[in-house]
Amino acid sequence: MDIVVCLKQTFDTEAKIVLNSNGKIDGTGVNLIMNPYDEFAVEEALKLKEKFGGQVTLVSMGGERVTESLRTALAMGCDEAVLIQDPDLESPDEWVTAEVLAKAVSKIPYDIILAGRIAVDDGSGQVAIRLADALKIPSVNCIIKLEVEDGKAAATREIDGGTELIEVRLPAVLTAQKGLNIPRYPSMMGIMKAKKKEIKGMTLADLGIGAADLPRKMSITKFSLPSPRKGGIKISGEAADAAKELARILREEAKVI
Amino acid sequence: MAKGIWIVIEQNKAEIRNVSLELLSQGRMLADKTGDPLVAVILGSTVSKLAGIVTPYGADKVILVDDENLADYTTGAYTSVLNKLIRKEEPQAVLLGNTAVGKDLAPRLAQRLGVGMASDCTGMEFDEESFLTFRRPIYGGKAFAQVIANARPVLATIRPNTFPIALPDTARQAEVINETAEIDSEDLRAIVKEIVLAASQRPELIEANVIISGGRGMKGSENYCILESCADVIGAAVGASRAAVDAGWIEQKFQVGQTGKTVSPTLYIACGISGAIQHLAGMGTSKVIVAINKDPEANIFNLADYGIVGDLFEIVPLLTEEFKKLG
Ligand SMILES: Cc1cc2nc3c(=O)[nH]c(=O)nc-3n(C[C@H](O)[C@H](O)[C@H](O)COP(=O)(O)OP(=O)(O)OC[C@H]3O[C@@H](n4cnc5c(N)ncnc54)[C@H](O)[C@@H]3O)c2cc1C
Ligand SMILES: Nc1ncnc2c1ncn2[C@@H]1O[C@H](COP(=O)(O)O)[C@@H](O)[C@H]1O
Repeated sequence: MDIVVCLKQTFDTEAKIVLNSNGKIDGTGVNLIMNPYDEFAVEEALKLKEKFGGQVTLVSMGGERVTESLRTALAMGCDEAVLIQDPDLESPDEWVTAEVLAKAVSKIPYDIILAGRIAVDDGSGQVAIRLADALKIPSVNCIIKLEVEDGKAAATREIDGGTELIEVRLPAVLTAQKGLNIPRYPSMMGIMKAKKKEIKGMTLADLGIGAADLPRKMSITKFSLPSPRKGGIKISGEAADAAKELARILREEAKVI
Repeated sequence: MAKGIWIVIEQNKAEIRNVSLELLSQGRMLADKTGDPLVAVILGSTVSKLAGIVTPYGADKVILVDDENLADYTTGAYTSVLNKLIRKEEPQAVLLGNTAVGKDLAPRLAQRLGVGMASDCTGMEFDEESFLTFRRPIYGGKAFAQVIANARPVLATIRPNTFPIALPDTARQAEVINETAEIDSEDLRAIVKEIVLAASQRPELIEANVIISGGRGMKGSENYCILESCADVIGAAVGASRAAVDAGWIEQKFQVGQTGKTVSPTLYIACGISGAIQHLAGMGTSKVIVAINKDPEANIFNLADYGIVGDLFEIVPLLTEEFKKLG
């Protein structure tokens, strides 16, 4: 069973967001991590590999520093990695990312493609599903359980108010939701081994894509920072009085109850 | 030029979801600015009577696609049908709720159409050239991006509870058009085997107007009944922090935050939650935040509009009684 995992490197969830003098998000000095949902995807891929054998290949599009997260995933047990890097990939939109990933993935044998349900930086939740459509294969979004057998996947996905069990013939794209598994930590041995594993660099030219083939469908016209929430009123006094006062305020002043 | 703003209506067993009504209401205001027709698109099985339900919320036209194959939502069938309709009618914008369905359908449809999409938007307006621009939270709400499509149509999913529902105008008339479902066979490859819906009478977390959440301060699963009793008095949904979920006290689906649900209720009551940045990522757009925490230094008090420093095991039951008295 050959598996591809789409991995994105994102800002640490603790990172403070500031804008630079051009009004863009300033990444200087920010700690970078593997997108948390992609960790679940990596873990699930490794579990499948343990059960069925085969290769787990990581695919990522991004800058040089992505090698850090790729090394982490290799240390967890993935076999190889492909990093697509190109000056013409500045400010990609989700369509661009999906098209590029689709070209890269097409060069790799796969039965299953695993990805995160959303990247915590852009919060789009589009790329993996778009990738499935670009590859003309089915996708199951937001999965919390996966069983694979006889070229078929039975995936339980989260829906509003419950869950849904979906059966798809492979190959398919599956996106991981928290709850799917608990990602392992890389072992010492894994870290040593990862040093020798290959991270294959690729450019748009290697993929046979010209810069003109990637017109952006969406543009960001402006970044802004929210006005921070301010602490409001602390209601003091005896518990019973405080509760009474809070209920009154919520009804009469805030008018939210 | 103006070719229509489409709202893809989400319905479940003939119940229309609030977010669809929110989008119709806001869509009406946008349509009035440009003269675009506002179109409600309803896919499903035996949905014809829904036309009459959506019309009062502002639709000029209702497109109905009634087919057995559309009874339950499936990515493939819904994408197939909408792709063909959109190519035929060329609306300028197609809006969906940022729900489980919207999050799955919109990206697939956008790719099939080869167009751009804005996810989980919390604002939309026309620019000078009558292109819709969207405001969307990024980095878990720590920043916002204003985005615009470079060509039409544009797709977008809008966060539930972002826009108010307008008062229905029962005198309103809409043209109703029946379309047939044309589903490509390759779009029927994923089969829904089973749908399990929780028996809960409480509102769905992402759409709830009021949420009462418990964190590590809840101390154990057995104590969530305190929150549930309160929730049932005020018609709230129950939520949780990751600490409570990871401790195994409450199911994952209740987690609010960066690796949980994104919610935007009118009122969010955080009990025994410290207010970590990753929790805030999921509830920072709540209109009013209340904190109940025994630590006066807890960060949640820097975010909350109202707070009580105290023991939640004492305060929450008292508050429940007070809510009962308010009726
Ligand atoms: C990648 C990543 C993703 C994450 N995603 C999420 C997410 O989606 N959602 C999320 O919530 N967190 C998330 N976290 C975790 C987050 O950083 C915090 O650890 C978590 O939110 C803490 O939960 P808590 O506030 O319940 O617990 P704590 O921080 O331990 O706070 C418990 C609070 O309860 C109070 N308390 C204790 N007893 C009582 C009592 N009897 N009465 C009143 N108050 C009491 C304490 O004073 C304290 O403030 C994420 C972290 C990472 C690294
Ligand atoms: N640049 C990228 N390289 C590899 N995978 C990506 C990239 N961007 C997004 N993905 C995958 O798509 C998922 C959803 O991302 P997004 O649509 O950006 O929220 C992520 O969790 C990744 O698995």
